[in-house]
Amino acid sequence: MDYFIELLFSGLTRGSIYALIALGYTMVYGIIGLINFAHGEIYMIGAFTAFIVATVLSIYGFPLLAIVIIAGIAAVVWASSYGYTIEKIAYKPLRHAPRLSPLISAIGMSIFLQNYILLAQTSDFLRFPRLIPDFAFMEPIAHIIGSTDLVILVTTVVVMVALTFIIKFTLIGKAMRATSQDRTMAMLVGINVNWVISATFIIGSGLAAIGGLLIASHIGQINFYIGFLAGIKAFTAAVLGGIGSIPGAVLGSLILGLTESFATGYVSSDYEDVFAFSLLVLILIFKPSGLLGKATNQKV
Amino acid sequence: MDVFKELKKGVLLSLWFVFLTFPVMVIKVDHIARTVTWRWENALYMAVGTFFIYFVVQLFRKKQENRKEGQDSKEPSLSIIHRILLHRSQRNVLLAFIAVVAILFPQFLSIYQTNVMTTALMYVVLGLGLNIVVGLAGLLDLGFVAFYAVGAYTYALLNLHFGLGFWTVLPLGGLLAATFGILLGFPVLRLRGDYLAIVTLGFGEIIRLVLENWGEFSKGPSGISGISRPSFFGVEMSLESSIIYIYYLMVLLVIFTIFVVNRLQDSRLGRAWIALREDEIACQAMGVDKRKTKLVAFSLGAFWAGIMGVVFAAKTTFVNPASFTFLESAIILAIVVLGGMGSIVGVLFGALILILMPEYLRALSQYRMLAFGAILVCMMVFRPQGLIANIRRTYTFKKKTPNSLAK
Repeated sequence: MDYFIELLFSGLTRGSIYALIALGYTMVYGIIGLINFAHGEIYMIGAFTAFIVATVLSIYGFPLLAIVIIAGIAAVVWASSYGYTIEKIAYKPLRHAPRLSPLISAIGMSIFLQNYILLAQTSDFLRFPRLIPDFAFMEPIAHIIGSTDLVILVTTVVVMVALTFIIKFTLIGKAMRATSQDRTMAMLVGINVNWVISATFIIGSGLAAIGGLLIASHIGQINFYIGFLAGIKAFTAAVLGGIGSIPGAVLGSLILGLTESFATGYVSSDYEDVFAFSLLVLILIFKPSGLLGKATNQKV
Repeated sequence: MDVFKELKKGVLLSLWFVFLTFPVMVIKVDHIARTVTWRWENALYMAVGTFFIYFVVQLFRKKQENRKEGQDSKEPSLSIIHRILLHRSQRNVLLAFIAVVAILFPQFLSIYQTNVMTTALMYVVLGLGLNIVVGLAGLLDLGFVAFYAVGAYTYALLNLHFGLGFWTVLPLGGLLAATFGILLGFPVLRLRGDYLAIVTLGFGEIIRLVLENWGEFSKGPSGISGISRPSFFGVEMSLESSIIYIYYLMVLLVIFTIFVVNRLQDSRLGRAWIALREDEIACQAMGVDKRKTKLVAFSLGAFWAGIMGVVFAAKTTFVNPASFTFLESAIILAIVVLGGMGSIVGVLFGALILILMPEYLRALSQYRMLAFGAILVCMMVFRPQGLIANIRRTYTFKKKTPNSLAK
């Protein structure tokens, strides 16, 4: 039973990190209908920035709490800046191009960013510093759920609530919803659509950076290639829940996280990644609109 | 005033990029030795580089705008290569020249050069195969390398267990890859384009992961070695002549592929692909079976990849899963995009440029993948039709003047 609960929590932890990344995919898709392949790389850059800042600060002897906060803020700021810049360079000029063009451009961007980090930093696995200490009150259940997992779960819940608040109640959230419904109409009622798209990229990238920071301190190592796999898995989660739907992304991520955790725990760990891909293929075949997505008919 | 404004914009942009790349480019930490290296010179390079690129891009944009204005009345200008190809005698001269170079190549250059050229030719065929899928039918296939792997492993395994020869497996590998193409295509081709991209990407990874983990079947990450080279009517050859033999084989295969793809392009099927790419709904309304047409494109593309896989296994005599990563798919895609989607000549040039250039500019070879990524983005933003764009067949009506009617 303990093993089951352990797997359950590890699945929830995984799932909530996927959710942080999947939200970026789903938000961007909801607004401009583009799969942002480079999103996984944003998450990787977030993790790298956090790693670099945290290491520098710890060498200069800052206290742990300050390191966590500064590294977190730096990761979010830089990842958002990357997201914003990528949109301006690779997607904005292609807004009226055929569907294939922005997709290819996104793949190019993803390859570019991977190799940029590889050349500027290193190809080795880097040990990510432990940012989260073991809490004393967690001692009795530490064999089931670690302190890091707890922090990840709590952070994810907080971030989700904040995001829901932004989208439901703020002006920019309203503008985002309007743009995703009908971009031309949104423009006609005076919404600065370019700005809304930029804001979506900034928010999505910020979330991915938080995910990057959390997963890096959870797994304990990073390299330039982590964005690729995480990106595909988060995308799978977004599709599973119905791409374009924010609650769907969260639900899909949790299902994916649990599936992976139980499958590796009870079946075999060799094929960990194969489970995710097979799940993706199965969903796309049987329910392409996802669990919470709406099936849309193309009209002429 | 205008110049001043541009300068200011350029400076601001450089500052933004210096900020953006600051943590990754400037700081380098060593977490074991606990030292920090500040590489300030990188920030300077970044600033100068961005400033320079900004002005190049601005210049390019201006030029493009000017050209657009000047060109409204005239017909679109063709590239030099197309102009030569359209002219019959010039075309024959060009083809004869290429044929002579291709035949004499291994005679005058070293074995190493011949080997490199063979690799480039293999990528030409792979590019032409992907060109059917991406360029003609407009289906973004990111798992193309999976079919390449299927072909390579077909030959490797059949050779290992049953001792089958190259010529027997060559069509088999192609057919098996095509079968895989149909198996994968059948469920996913009704999906929209971007989903297709992800599913094919996932499929490519699944194939690689299975090859890596299913040790009893594929010998896992260590791969299969000692695959026999192609034989020439039962005659065994030395290593050197065998390399030259594969080179000529590839030349023939390239010619054959170009012939087939060229014929396909103008066939009923090829026109259906192009129509599907342009507008699916209109195409269906004209009575084209969307599913079947896409499936044929998918499996034909896979067929060429399978054949090349067999050649690859025969050429290197060794296969392992590491040769079939996503990057390989990305390289082939970059070839098609750089050359021009749907353009045979373009793919030819794309493959030669992208494969031969890193080979001869060894010093820059670590920047290879960086450049491939940048090429994909830049081509899409600045020149989506590719270096050598495909020319669509057009039919021009001669205007009937009242004079000619009277006759």
